[in-house]
Amino acid sequence: MLTPGYTTRRELEEHSFHPAVAVLVPLVAILLQVLVTKTFPQLFLLDLPLLVTIFFAVSRRSPIAGALTGMTIGLLEDLLTGQHIGINGIAKTLIGYIGASIGLQVDVEALTTRILMNFLFSLLNSLLLYLILRRLLGLESHQLLWRHELLRACVNTAVAVPLFFLLDRFKRRQ
Amino acid sequence: MGSFLSRFANSLVLVLLLLVQTIGLAVQVRRSAEPGAAADSPRVVLARSLFVAAVSPVERVVHTASSAVRSAWGNYLDLRNTRRQNLALQHELDSMRLQQAAIAEDAVQGHRLQALLAFQQHYVSGTIAAQVIGTSGTELSRVLYIDKGAADGLKPDMAVITPDGIVGKIREVYPAKAPHVAQVLLVSDQTAGAGIILAKTRVLSVLHGTTAGFLQITNLTQDDRIQPGEQVLTSGGDGIFPRGLPVGRIESIAPDPEHQPYTAIRVRPAANLTRLEEVLIITGTQSSLPLSTLASLAHGAAATAAARTAAQKAAADKAAADEAARQQAARSAAEVVAGRLPSLYDPNDPNAPTPDAQKDPATAANPRTAGGVVPHPLPTLHTDRYSPGTAPPAAALTPGARHDPANAPAEQTAPPPNRRNAQPDSNASPPQP
Repeated sequence: MLTPGYTTRRELEEHSFHPAVAVLVPLVAILLQVLVTKTFPQLFLLDLPLLVTIFFAVSRRSPIAGALTGMTIGLLEDLLTGQHIGINGIAKTLIGYIGASIGLQVDVEALTTRILMNFLFSLLNSLLLYLILRRLLGLESHQLLWRHELLRACVNTAVAVPLFFLLDRFKRRQ
Repeated sequence: MGSFLSRFANSLVLVLLLLVQTIGLAVQVRRSAEPGAAADSPRVVLARSLFVAAVSPVERVVHTASSAVRSAWGNYLDLRNTRRQNLALQHELDSMRLQQAAIAEDAVQGHRLQALLAFQQHYVSGTIAAQVIGTSGTELSRVLYIDKGAADGLKPDMAVITPDGIVGKIREVYPAKAPHVAQVLLVSDQTAGAGIILAKTRVLSVLHGTTAGFLQITNLTQDDRIQPGEQVLTSGGDGIFPRGLPVGRIESIAPDPEHQPYTAIRVRPAANLTRLEEVLIITGTQSSLPLSTLASLAHGAAATAAARTAAQKAAADKAAADEAARQQAARSAAEVVAGRLPSLYDPNDPNAPTPDAQKDPATAANPRTAGGVVPHPLPTLHTDRYSPGTAPPAAALTPGARHDPANAPAEQTAPPPNRRNAQPDSNASPPQP
């Protein structure tokens, strides 16, 4: 007699990555972000570390792993800025946690889902940074330029779709 | 308890991570608010140093490779445009020399007046050139990384400029882990600022960056004298940038809705802050002008004086030439008139002086012969009492006595030889009446 049970989406589609991939991909993303924005200042709109955070979070489908990945990437970004350590760390911790939580609920492999997810996460990241800078640190001069942030979300989404397909090759099904 | 932890493990981990980072942020903010404290704690500096030391070699390699490619392409393009650029640069150099000569004397005079007023001025005495190798990668923090650091003598708060204008300041150096890398905080960052003065209206103010990367002045009220296009210079009041460096030009002036009655004055930076390849770090200032600058100013002032003297000499020469031309024209007119008058000599007389003889310098130099010899009157055929020479001299006459012309001396009545054709004696005394 078969034992009644169920298989969750997490059990079906949980992926892991080779440790080298898990370490190198975020580092390469940060390096590329630093180098590309030096040569092409317009690409400050792009946020490669954010896209990598979203990808690892939704692929692993583990909120704790997503939060830790986001925190690590965010803190490394903060180390290169002139700001206090933790601004990007807090924002990406939340992004990683929420991304992993959503990955448990919906099919994040679909193209439409990825487009929508990246667009909304980019806006959420901008909102979180605004709240941290304005409310937590009291930087009154910081403003949220909505048109600019919408453009940023579009650019991030446009880059995220092919990037995710590229990074799908490094997935290992558990 | 165990079930609680397992049930809320995800949320608890999230709260823990957020709490740790928030506390860390609070500690950093509190530390940075303390007067005189460094921006970062030693642990944060160590963490930054380690990551910068790991990242900067890659940045340096990529920068070197991309520079080589761009340099090769640039060299090819430069060769094609060298001639035209040389001409343009030559014209620009000539123009700059004229401008330098024009302002050098004013600069020397201004410097002398400043010395009289004991005005403490700081002039750039030393700079170090550096290459930009990376950025922060985010718009929230506009910082650059350069390939010079503590090992090259750089220290925090040193001013960073380009020949076009100011760029920012050294925010951090990493003497232990990355001695050849330094972090530059751009003046367009929202946490950066600079003391400025408006070049025309001489209004002092403070400029700071914005979230969008603009330069903005927000502590000035509406002033009709301030117009777009006015140049903005450093005032030297911030203790970082020396006075008089170009910052930019006023781009727009609009009321600041959040800070009434102040205006939001947007400044277009003189240096292209988004595309920086090379920068200069000011490593030293001095209260007097550098020797090279003084020599340049003296040279300019001397050039100005020489140009002025040459102009005066040219004006005097021109005036003299004009006077000579005027006199020559007058003389020519006199000669023309003299040519039209009846000649003093018979043109048919072969013994008459030739025109060349008339132009003899010796003759021309004698004012008595310059215009020819006055002719003697013709001899009288029948003398009478009115004839020349018949009247005795006044000394021989007696007052009241009658004078008889018949008793006149015979030699005086004798007809003189025909002197019509005789050569005039220039030394002969004129006939007595």
